[in-house]
Amino acid sequence: MTAKQTESAVLDATDRALINALQGGFPLCDQPYRAVGDTLGLSESAVIDRLQSLLDRKVLTRFGPMYQIERMGGAFVLAALKVPEADYERIAAAVNALPAVAHNYRREHALNMWFVLATETPSGIASAIQEIESATDLQVYAFPKEREYFVEMKLDA
Amino acid sequence: MLDAVDRQLIVATQAGLPLVPRPYHALAETLCIPVTEVQARLAVMLEMGVIRRIGAVPNHYALGYRSNGMTVWDVEDTQVDILGAQVGALPFVTHCYRRPRILPDWPFNLFAMVHGKTYEEASGHIAGIATLLGTACRSHDTLFSSHILKKTGLRIAV
Repeated sequence: MTAKQTESAVLDATDRALINALQGGFPLCDQPYRAVGDTLGLSESAVIDRLQSLLDRKVLTRFGPMYQIERMGGAFVLAALKVPEADYERIAAAVNALPAVAHNYRREHALNMWFVLATETPSGIASAIQEIESATDLQVYAFPKEREYFVEMKLDA
Repeated sequence: MLDAVDRQLIVATQAGLPLVPRPYHALAETLCIPVTEVQARLAVMLEMGVIRRIGAVPNHYALGYRSNGMTVWDVEDTQVDILGAQVGALPFVTHCYRRPRILPDWPFNLFAMVHGKTYEEASGHIAGIATLLGTACRSHDTLFSSHILKKTGLRIAV
């Protein structure tokens, strides 16, 4: 089973400042790491090294452009399963194996597995749901978004 | 809309931006296009909203946010859009959406993610949302996450 990834990391003040700075808009200039470093009093190589370490330690899950697939003609759908506890690991592996599953969380509820499907076409969602249902023999509860009120995945480090 | 080169650029960056001093030059080399074109295409995609932002995605837990809850609310249909916008504007809410109910199992139509360093902090956030929704909300629940099973983000095929 995938690592829990639920431990707190040891971060120093510089790591925290860097994470906070990198949650904003990253510049499109020729040496963007140097530009970020300039605002924090860090060298370009210090920014790159720390960023690599934060990614290696899984403090950051990724660093780069965050694509919104709907604006490219694709679709994102939140979906859930009621997974029997005894079978949880096998089902998690089967669901995670699909490239369309962008992320997946265990949650405390009868619907105990919640994942996001991201596909390049709206019809891709239906086939991903079908694949999951046939791989797991469980009903997929799909919660397509009807309206987005707010999204800004930023947390103070 | 997006063309084949945009698509190559997405495929080249969806796992992350190169961690080298000149990352856009590195992408330009990979795609065999001028660096100014890489920067211009990224700028256009940012403007179109195809890219939400370029930056870091933190693991909440690693930053010390141990109580991460998906709060779900059954809100009067006639008021959900006004109230949803207000819930989304709360400083501790990172995502807020209206989604369909699936009756009888699932009566909730408003979803808001909250994050707290402690359970008490998250509970305070939930109480804040409950107060804001008032009598327009018939019932609610919070589904805390206990494991991250996968977190790769979008992957389109080459």
